Amino acid sequence: MYQFIARRLLSTIPVLVIVAVLVFLLLRLTPGDPAAILAGDAASTQQIEEIRETLGLDRPLPVQFAIWVGQLLQGDLGESYYYKVRVTELIAQRLEPTMSLAALTIVIAILVAVPLGVVAAWRFGGWFDRFLMGFSVFGFSVPVFVLGYLLVWLASLKLGWFPVQGYKPIANGFGPFLHHLVLPAITLSVIYIALLARVTRASVLEALGEDYIRTARAKGLAESRVLISHALANAAVPIVTIIGIGIALLIGGVVVTESVYAIPGLGRLTVDAVLSRDFPTIQGVILFFSFIYVVVNLLVDLSYVFLDPRIRY
Amino acid sequence: MAATDIKRYAELSVESADIRPHESTWQRVRRSGSVRLGGGVIALLILIAIAAPWLGTVDPTMFDAGSRDLVPGKTGEMMTDEGDLVKHTFWFGSDSLGRDIYSRVIYGTRVSLFVGLVTALVSLVIGILFGLVAGYIRWLDGMIMRVMDGIMAIPAILIAIALVAMWRASLTTVIIAIAIPEIPRVTRLVRSLVLTIREEPYVEAAISLGSSTPKIMFSHILPNTIAPLVVQGTFICASAILIESILSFLGVGLPPEIPTWGNIMAEGRIQFVSYPHNVFIPGVFLTITVLAVNILGDGLRDTLDPKMAKRL
Repeated sequence: MYQFIARRLLSTIPVLVIVAVLVFLLLRLTPGDPAAILAGDAASTQQIEEIRETLGLDRPLPVQFAIWVGQLLQGDLGESYYYKVRVTELIAQRLEPTMSLAALTIVIAILVAVPLGVVAAWRFGGWFDRFLMGFSVFGFSVPVFVLGYLLVWLASLKLGWFPVQGYKPIANGFGPFLHHLVLPAITLSVIYIALLARVTRASVLEALGEDYIRTARAKGLAESRVLISHALANAAVPIVTIIGIGIALLIGGVVVTESVYAIPGLGRLTVDAVLSRDFPTIQGVILFFSFIYVVVNLLVDLSYVFLDPRIRY
Repeated sequence: MAATDIKRYAELSVESADIRPHESTWQRVRRSGSVRLGGGVIALLILIAIAAPWLGTVDPTMFDAGSRDLVPGKTGEMMTDEGDLVKHTFWFGSDSLGRDIYSRVIYGTRVSLFVGLVTALVSLVIGILFGLVAGYIRWLDGMIMRVMDGIMAIPAILIAIALVAMWRASLTTVIIAIAIPEIPRVTRLVRSLVLTIREEPYVEAAISLGSSTPKIMFSHILPNTIAPLVVQGTFICASAILIESILSFLGVGLPPEIPTWGNIMAEGRIQFVSYPHNVFIPGVFLTITVLAVNILGDGLRDTLDPKMAKRL
């Protein structure tokens, strides 16, 4: 098993290298002079030259890449043009709101979607099943910002249950922290619930057709135990896989949700960096998000060993 | 109990069986409720997009300072390009510059449908080429697929945002920026289809008859990948419409004067508390459009590609 973990860890290295190359090229292979784009419209020729030199844009591409990766390996993402601080520091400052939002979203999504999916599979073809499938198509289709504004209008402006916007750090007390976070997390969780409920339903449905389910029922187990300890337990691998893949959706949603709810997290940082053409920050945030995505999916792969005892590497 | 049993057996009898003559794929697709519903709504939206100038709209970029922030249904005045003041009823209200939201929403249909359709076509064409090459030319497979894995590890919206930021947003750059993160999904699908199909006897027969590699790829393998690709195409279309609106909404997409649903919402969000309809009306159009495309996709998947339907 240790051999498997080591192999799987090693296999993420090429992906991370390719991601690094792509992010590097993203900002270099653009029509026009990158230094001029970075400098903005009002810059003089001298300023453009200065930027070219400080960034080493006058050197050949492979050399630039080597220097950049060298810094990257030392944990250095460069300095933000706009905020004038290290990008790593900037990311660290913005990490708490984003991580809290993502964590609460995943918790809500799992608590809602898994039971819904199990019941839909149990009552396959019934009204609840059809309702859930209909809801999941809707969940995939409604844009996260439309949903966000709808919830703000309904739950904050009309009913006054939640604050309209903003974020309270956890250090200021858990109550206000959660109160500010619930609505954004519900907004963001809808698409995740749609995805997760669908996959749970499909994989529980498949498990329910197996012989061991008939055996479990025949030996007189309560239906709830059949569903949870037999059907759901055997459907765990695809469900956990989709939680990992769904992280990409979640990251995309974070960028939009933070913008709707004025949460000062990494998503806000991304949009602000793009609007101010702050390229080291854009690069840093994209790399960071991709790194998270790769690591989460690595953990998902490793979790198979615990979820399904038949999997032995 | 017995009565229902008898009824059930009666339903199984040959006489009552719902035997239909063999249906062509097209007939099966046409009979699907999802295809009809989704396709019908999309057809209506296409009509709206084409007929936009004749639906009681005014120039969507035209504004009049005297008609700012009107609630839906109010009548106000608008200055035309010729300088005449005309009376105009703002069915969906007006925005903070005094532009007619009804006209902007109707014209926005054009942008959304165009971006969705063209993005789907662009990513399908490029994805098909890469997928055929990866699936058929084995020594290129590893390289292509590693690059695709890399692209897939970067969240789609982030790629689109970064590319648009570098290129300055125009219709072309927005479409390319949205298409790039979709390409790996098509490539993967085509590659896996090719790997299955190339083992089929008719491909083996073509090889043993001495057909050239391009001929085998395009006349034997490609036609058998069409059904899943049509399905994939509709889902890309839905996701492209969504991402375009997100880019506009975040203020990094098409320039604000271009009437897109995302732009109308971006403009409307500033005054959301007083005038929520500026966000909700384009939001409803956007949701209905994406929903219709997704429902059509589901219907096509269930009728064209039953194997894929079973998987999810």
